[in-house]
Amino acid sequence: MADKTLIEGIREALDEEMARDERVIVIGTDIGVRGGVFLATQGLYAKYGPNRILDAPLAESSIVGVGIGAAMNGLRPVCEIQFADFIHPAYNQIANEAARMFYRTGGQYPVPMVIRAPYGGGVGGGLYHSQSIEATFAHVPGLKVVIPATPADAKGLLKTAIRDNNPTLFLEPKKGYRMIRGPIPEDQGCVPFGEARVSRPGRDLTVLAYGMMHFYALQAAESAAKEGLDVEVVDLRTLNPLDSAGVLASVRRTGKALIAYEDNKFVGYGAELAAQIAEDAFTALDAPLLRVAAPDAPAAPYSHPLQDAFLPGPRAILDGIRTLARY
Amino acid sequence: MSDTTPSAEMLADMYALAVRARKLDERCWILHRQGKIGFHISGMGHEAAQVAVTFAMRRGHDLLHPYYRDLAMVLGCGMPMADVLLGSFGRAGDPSSGGRQMPNHYCYKPGNVFSVSSPVGTQLPQAAGLALAEQLRGGDRVVVTCIGEGSTSEGDFHEALIWAGVRKLPMVVVVENNEYAISVPMKLQMAIERVSDRAGGYGVRGVSVDGLDLLASYQAAREAVDLARSGGGTTLLEVRVARLTPHSSDDNDSVYRPAAEKAALKLKDPLPKLRAQLIAMGALSEVAAREIEERALSEVDAAHRQAEAAPYPPEAWALGPVFAGEEA
Repeated sequence: MADKTLIEGIREALDEEMARDERVIVIGTDIGVRGGVFLATQGLYAKYGPNRILDAPLAESSIVGVGIGAAMNGLRPVCEIQFADFIHPAYNQIANEAARMFYRTGGQYPVPMVIRAPYGGGVGGGLYHSQSIEATFAHVPGLKVVIPATPADAKGLLKTAIRDNNPTLFLEPKKGYRMIRGPIPEDQGCVPFGEARVSRPGRDLTVLAYGMMHFYALQAAESAAKEGLDVEVVDLRTLNPLDSAGVLASVRRTGKALIAYEDNKFVGYGAELAAQIAEDAFTALDAPLLRVAAPDAPAAPYSHPLQDAFLPGPRAILDGIRTLARY
Repeated sequence: MSDTTPSAEMLADMYALAVRARKLDERCWILHRQGKIGFHISGMGHEAAQVAVTFAMRRGHDLLHPYYRDLAMVLGCGMPMADVLLGSFGRAGDPSSGGRQMPNHYCYKPGNVFSVSSPVGTQLPQAAGLALAEQLRGGDRVVVTCIGEGSTSEGDFHEALIWAGVRKLPMVVVVENNEYAISVPMKLQMAIERVSDRAGGYGVRGVSVDGLDLLASYQAAREAVDLARSGGGTTLLEVRVARLTPHSSDDNDSVYRPAAEKAALKLKDPLPKLRAQLIAMGALSEVAAREIEERALSEVDAAHRQAEAAPYPPEAWALGPVFAGEEA
């Protein structure tokens, strides 16, 4: 099976779900003839036409708000926010409206909608084309948050998101769009939410990661193996729902946990992981928890040396692995 | 445009709806001052315009995404008075939210009434989305959405109207202009005389009408709804109304509204004017008007008794439902 890219997984999921269900529409900027700035919808406009692939005015709140309305009137919109950094004007529609609609109507109005957004740094995007925004949204009850780390998961998880009856924020590691390659089975189906994946089994310690940091974690684990360290890597896949049982099981097996995330460290998603491990697996720990994350500065900066200094990567994870292994 | 003059029978029904809304509204204020309900936000002074818009819709067929002052509209779309009061009392039977939302945050699915939020203006892009779905599937339902003039400053208002103009959405955006955003007067909200002046900027039709005049409002609303249904796109329909009460049960408008202005408000009340007008037209007799008023009061009494006696929601409802099931 020839390897495919992560963005191909996204495109295949959109294509197959649109073919399967005529209620699925895509709303976003530059997604039509242009095929999306990352080409996620390349070829779909020609195939499905302007009534299924809708170029939107450049107004993020309305891209989500219109999606909510369409979802409440029988469609299943996939809304694209061009960069996660630009999602903030839509926060109100996502957190106050989409995520709360089902609860506030006592279950009468589900909002079956996906919001896709490329996130993360390492592409020279500076402060506003590099952000990791998952912690902000994983905190919101009623919203599912998904981050694929492989092409097959990109396809399988996006299919699940489109068929789910709840609003789902689907964050795609943009640096990995073409860098992360792997097989996608011909019959790739839905990948269930809430099931973390042990992508590399190991005995000495656990690295918990998602998205691009999972890619780097595998690289770091490979390097560590050459030093005689047997590292387990867990890909969370979905941040809400979180597979707490899967995370805890791995940490209990190895007794040590390194939590890697690209977001800045303070109150990041890794803090929740650390809290759950401390609450529920304290006696299994042989070492303090270790977080590898970005500094608490509003970057990542554009200039390459600054960007490299800012973003955590395989080397930072490897350093963390060594520190934990020595403990 | 087809003949849109209401029949005498329809005029009587319109008056009845306005009176029902008013009597229920008045009861809510009493219940609040008695300490029996926690909050109320009023539609008094907006009823003529709301009734006009409601009667211009195909009720039960068209979609309504209202805001919190739209008591007459939700009653007009079939929501029983008792259901409104179940929300005010925070009872389990509240069809809007099962006691989860504050009062007057209406939702009534059997009448195609979508859920009201507290962050203002959020309903506008959602209404555009409802209309977009209708347009894409070739349906004939019109989406009516309502908003106060204060909320027209929100970005969501502008973003939604851009969609409405670009895509010629089958929608009517009703701006209920009562000249106050809580305490901030219109002159500090906008540098134009009429909200409808903005319509041209979005490429939609703009109309302003005296919302205290039910017949004029009905003609304007009927044209807007008919235009939307026939593929003519969105109308930004401004109805100039009066806010006869403070913003809400928690507001004191004496602080910011001049005494003379407050005193003059009574003269703006659309209901006595409508009553006299309909009697003069022969659409209503004095006896019939009184019957309508007495019937509305009895309905309020019965709804009040029913809602107050109804059980509270079980504690488990605080926790959910958060997520919908997996059935696709």
